[in-house]
Amino acid sequence: MACSQGKGPEALAVNQRIDVSDTPVLVQESRYPPGDLALWIFILAELLVFALFFIAYAFTRVKHVELFNQYQATLDRNSALANTLALITASYLVVRAVAAVREGDGQRCARWLWGAVAMGGMFLLIKGGEYAHHLAAGINLSTNTFYMFYLSLTFFHFMHVILGMLILVVLAVKAGQGRYGTADHVDIESGASYWHMVDLVWLVLFPLVYVMR
Amino acid sequence: MQYQSQAVAKPYFVAAIGLFVGQILFGLIIGLQYVVGDFLFPEIPFNVARMVHTNLLIVWLLFGFMGASYYLVPEESERELFSPKLAIITFWVFLVAGALTVLGYLLVPYATLAEMTGNELLPTMGREFLEQPTITKIGIVLVALSFVFNIGMTILSGRKTVVSLVLLIGLVGLAVFFLFSFYNPDNLVKDKFYWWWVVHLWVEGVWELILGSILAFVLIKTTGVDREVIEKWLYVIIAMTLITGIIGTGHHYYWIGAPDYWQWWGSVFSALEPIPFFMMTVFAFNMVNRRRRNHPNKATVLWALGTAVMAFLGAGVWGFLHTLSPVNYYTHGSQITAAHGHMAFYGAYVMIVLTMISYAMPMLRGRKAASSNRSQVLEMWSFWLMTVSMVFITLFLTGAGILQVYLQRYGADPQPFMVVQDKIALFYWMREVSGVVFLIGLIAYIASFFVGGSDPEATLEPVEAQA
Repeated sequence: MACSQGKGPEALAVNQRIDVSDTPVLVQESRYPPGDLALWIFILAELLVFALFFIAYAFTRVKHVELFNQYQATLDRNSALANTLALITASYLVVRAVAAVREGDGQRCARWLWGAVAMGGMFLLIKGGEYAHHLAAGINLSTNTFYMFYLSLTFFHFMHVILGMLILVVLAVKAGQGRYGTADHVDIESGASYWHMVDLVWLVLFPLVYVMR
Repeated sequence: MQYQSQAVAKPYFVAAIGLFVGQILFGLIIGLQYVVGDFLFPEIPFNVARMVHTNLLIVWLLFGFMGASYYLVPEESERELFSPKLAIITFWVFLVAGALTVLGYLLVPYATLAEMTGNELLPTMGREFLEQPTITKIGIVLVALSFVFNIGMTILSGRKTVVSLVLLIGLVGLAVFFLFSFYNPDNLVKDKFYWWWVVHLWVEGVWELILGSILAFVLIKTTGVDREVIEKWLYVIIAMTLITGIIGTGHHYYWIGAPDYWQWWGSVFSALEPIPFFMMTVFAFNMVNRRRRNHPNKATVLWALGTAVMAFLGAGVWGFLHTLSPVNYYTHGSQITAAHGHMAFYGAYVMIVLTMISYAMPMLRGRKAASSNRSQVLEMWSFWLMTVSMVFITLFLTGAGILQVYLQRYGADPQPFMVVQDKIALFYWMREVSGVVFLIGLIAYIASFFVGGSDPEATLEPVEAQA
C-alpha cells in the first residue's frame, strides 16, 4: 500500500485472503470484526439512521410528555414482549449457526438458520397483528406525533426484519448445499452480524417506545 | 476497443460536449442577467435562457450516460451491441428533437410554442425543468425505450456483471420515473408531489446507480483491482443510496402541503444521503491505492477521484447544509439551493460523464489505452480550471445565499427580495468571473482533443515500489 489508510483496508485485505490457516481457532481469532468490512459500514450507517430517529423521538417526547404517555398506553406491551423474546431467540439460533459452520457442519448450520428465520416469521406475524389492530382503529401517520413516531420507527424496523430474514434464507440454502466450511464462512458471519443489528435495534426500540414512561 | 460496436459511443460523446458548451454559454448569460437585468433583453429573457441552461444540462448528461452505456455494456457483456444501427438512429432522433426544442424556446414565445406543439391535447408544459413540449417528452420516452431495449438485450444475452446490472436498473428507473412528467393534475400539491418523482428520484435515486456503475467500471479498468472487491462496494453503496435517496424525497415535501410526517422522514433520511457519497469517496481512493498497475491514462484516474470527492462535497455536504426541515424553513429556494445545485450536478454527473469520456475517447480515436502526454496534461489543466472555478461559484453562491436568507428572512428587519438582490450583487459578479474561468477550462478541455494527436501514446509505467 502506498499510503497509510487506517484500519479499514487492512481488515478488507484479511477478508480477501482465502487460505488463512488450517486451524479453525486461528481463523476465529484473526478476524475482527467478524464478517465483511463493507457490511459493517452498512451496519453502522443503518444504526445511524435509527439513532437519529431515537434521538428525534426522545426530544419530541420531552415536548409532549402527556400526549406520549396517553397514547403509549394504547400499545400492546404483551405482544411486544413476545416479539422481544422471538428476536432474542432468533439471535441465539444464529449464534449456534455460526458455531456450527465454524466446526464445518453446514447442515447443522442451515438448520439453526431456518430456526432463526422461523422466529423472524413469528415476529412479523405478531407485529402484523398489532398493525392490523391500529389500522382498524383508523390510526395512521397523521393521527398524532406519538403514532407518527411509533408507526415510523416500528415499520422501518419491520422492513429490516424482512431484509434480515431474506439474508438468512439465502445463507441457509447455501449452507445446506455445503458451500461454507471451517475456513470459509465470512458470509455467514456477515449475515449473523446484520441479524444481531436488527435484534439490537429492537432491544432499544421496545423499552423506548413501549415501556418507558 | 475490444468490440466494434463500442464505436457508437463516439457521436454521443461529441454531442454531449457540444451541448455542454451551449449550457455554459447560457449559464454565463443568465449569470450576467443577475446583475445587468436587461442584458440581451428582449431577445433572450432570463426565464428563457435559464430554461435553456438547465434543459441543455439534462440533455447532454443523458447523451453522456447513453454514450457511456454503449461503450461499457459490450465490454461487460463480452459481446457486440444488440443493434448498433438502432443506437445511431436513436442518436439522430434525440439530437434533432433536442435541437428543435431549444430553437423553439429561443425563437418563439413559450406560450406560442405550447400552442404550436398542441400542448392543450395533453398539457405537460410550464413546469420547471419539465418545460419541454409534450411531443418532445413523447420523443424522449421513445428514445429512452429504444435505448433501454438495445442495452437490455445486450446485457441479458451476454455476460451479466454487477456493474452492468446496476447500470440497467438505473437506466430502467430513469425511463420509468420520467413517465411522471406526463402526470399533471390540477391540484398543485399533487402536481409538485409527483414532479419530484421525476426530478428528485432521478438525481438522488436512479442516476446515482448509473454514476456508481460507471465509476466502478472505470476503476476496474484503470486500477486492475479484483472485480469482486469493487462489486461488493458497489452493492453497499447502492443499497445505502436507495434507502436514503428514495425516502429522502421527503425533504422536498416540507412546505408544499404534504402531510406533517414528511418533516421527520425527509429530515432523517436525507440527512444520511451524504453517507453513500462518502463511501464512494473512500471506495475510489481505496481502489486507486490498492491498484495493481499504473494506467497510462492518468487524466481518467484524476477525473474518477475528482468525481468521488466533488460528488461528496456538492451532493453530500452542500445538500446536508439545507436539508433539515428547521433549516430549510429559512433557506428554501434561496441561493443556497443554487450553490448546492451547481456543485452537485458538476461533481456527480458532469464529472462522471467526463471521466467516462476521458477513459473511452482515446480508444474510440484509435489509441491503445491513452492519449499522448501533451494531450493529457492539457486535459488535467482543464480538470483543475473547471473544478476550482466550480468550487468558487459554489462558495460565492453560498455567501450570497447566507446573506440573502439573513437579510430577507431571518434578521430583525426583513427586507424585500429585490432590495436584498441589490445588496448581494457583489457575490453575483464574483460568481460570473468564476463562470468565465470555467468556460476557459472548458475550452482547454476541448482543445485537449486536438493537441498532441501526432505524439506517441503515453506509456504504461511499472508500478513503483510500494510500501
